[in-house]
Amino acid sequence: MERVTDTIVCEGCDAVYSRPTLRPRDVARCPRCNSELDRHNGEQRRRILPLTVASLVMFAIANGFPIVELEIQGLRSQTTLMGAVVALGTEGKSLVALLLLATTLLFPLLQLCILVYLLVPLARRRRPAGFAVLVRAMQTLRPWGMIEVFLLGVLVAIVKLSSMATVLPGSALYAFMVLTVLLSAVLSFNPRGFWEMAFDTTGKEAD
Amino acid sequence: MKHPFFHVSPQDVVPVVTAAALGLEACTHCAAVWRDAKDGEPCGVCGTRLHTRKPDSLNRTWALLIAACILYIPANLLPVMVTKSFFGTQQDTILSGVIFFWVSGAYGLAAIVFIASFLVPLFKLSVLMILLISVQRRSVWRQPERVKLYRMIEIIGRWSMLDVFVVSLLTGLVQIQGFAQVTAGVGIGAFGGVVVLTMMASLSFDPKLIWDTADPDTPATFKVLSELTAESKPV
Repeated sequence: MERVTDTIVCEGCDAVYSRPTLRPRDVARCPRCNSELDRHNGEQRRRILPLTVASLVMFAIANGFPIVELEIQGLRSQTTLMGAVVALGTEGKSLVALLLLATTLLFPLLQLCILVYLLVPLARRRRPAGFAVLVRAMQTLRPWGMIEVFLLGVLVAIVKLSSMATVLPGSALYAFMVLTVLLSAVLSFNPRGFWEMAFDTTGKEAD
Repeated sequence: MKHPFFHVSPQDVVPVVTAAALGLEACTHCAAVWRDAKDGEPCGVCGTRLHTRKPDSLNRTWALLIAACILYIPANLLPVMVTKSFFGTQQDTILSGVIFFWVSGAYGLAAIVFIASFLVPLFKLSVLMILLISVQRRSVWRQPERVKLYRMIEIIGRWSMLDVFVVSLLTGLVQIQGFAQVTAGVGIGAFGGVVVLTMMASLSFDPKLIWDTADPDTPATFKVLSELTAESKPV
C-alpha cells in the first residue's frame, strides 16, 4: 500500500479531489454532496490549549457546586450533577444513571484531559506516547459528550419547577453556561489538525 | 485565490470518479489516502483499519434501527417521571409533560420539548429508514439531498437526550421527604435507549452507499483514470 498525497476523498460521496490550498478559516466543501472536505484551523491551533485549560476550570466549578436550589415552604433541596447520578442509581435506574454519568461527566472530562495531554507536548514539538490511539479516542468520543443538551435540560427543569417552588440558580449553572461556550470553541477544532501538527507530512508549515 | 473546484457547478462534476473506482482508500480518522490497500489493513499514519465502506453498514444500521423502533413504543407510552406529593402520585409520559407546559402557558418551552423529545426521534427513525431502503434499491433519487438529511440527523440526534436530562436533574433535586419526591419512571430508560440506539445507527450508516448505485457486477468504467497525479484537476 502506498500513500497518495495531496488528494482528498469526500466522506459523504467518495468523490476524489486534489487537496485545495486553504487560507485560514476556509472550509472546502464537496460540490457534489456539500459535505465538508477540509477546514483550515486558522489561529485555533494557538488558542485551543488555553481554551481547554479554561474549560477544565469551569468543569470543576460546574461539578463541585450545586446546579439549582429548591425551596418549598422553608424546606430546601439542592443537587449537583453527581447528586443526580447517585439519586438515579439508588432508585435502581442504574442504566440511566450510567448514561447521565457518561454523557455529561465522563466523556467531556476525558476529552478535555486527552486534549491537554496531547497539546502540551505538541506545543514543544514532541509527540506524546499513545498519540494515535488518543486522537482516535477524541474523535470517537465527540458525538457522545452532551454538556450543551444538559444545560438546556437544566433550564427546562427550572421553568418546570418555578411554578410550584422557589428555584435559586446555583453557581454551577453559570459555570455550565460558560463551559458550553468554551467547549463549542474547543470542539470546533478539526481533529485532523493534530495529524498536521504531529507529522507535517507535506513538509510545509500550514500557518 | 480561487480554489480548484469552488467555481465548478454540481452538474459539471457528475459523474465523478470515486475513490472506490480508483482503488483508493481514505482513512476515516486522519483523511490520509492510500492506493492498493487491502480491506482491513491499518492506516499507515494513524492505525485505523481502512475500509472502502463502513463494514456491514446496512445490516448494523438495520439492526440498531429496528431495536430503536421497538423501544420507541414503551418510551412514549410508559411514564418517564413519577411525582409523589401530598396531592397524590402523578405519572408523566413524554407527551403529558409537553401538554403540562402548553396548558400552563409556556408555549415556547412546550415547543422545545415537543420537538426535541417527540419530533426529533420520530424524524430520525423515518430518515434512517428512508436512507436504508433507498440505498438497498440503489435509487438515484435526490442523492445530494439524502446526504444532507444524513448530516442533519447526525447533528440533531443528540438533542433528544433533553428529556433524559430533565428527569435526571428533577430526580436529584426534588427529594424533599414527605413533601414532594420525584422518581424516574421506566419510560426514561427506554427513551434513553432510543436516543443511544439511533445515534449508533446513524454512526454505523455510511453515506457513501447512497452513491453506490451502479450494478456491482459490471466493471467500473473509471479504472482508466487511475493515474492520479498531485496536480490533477477535480477528476
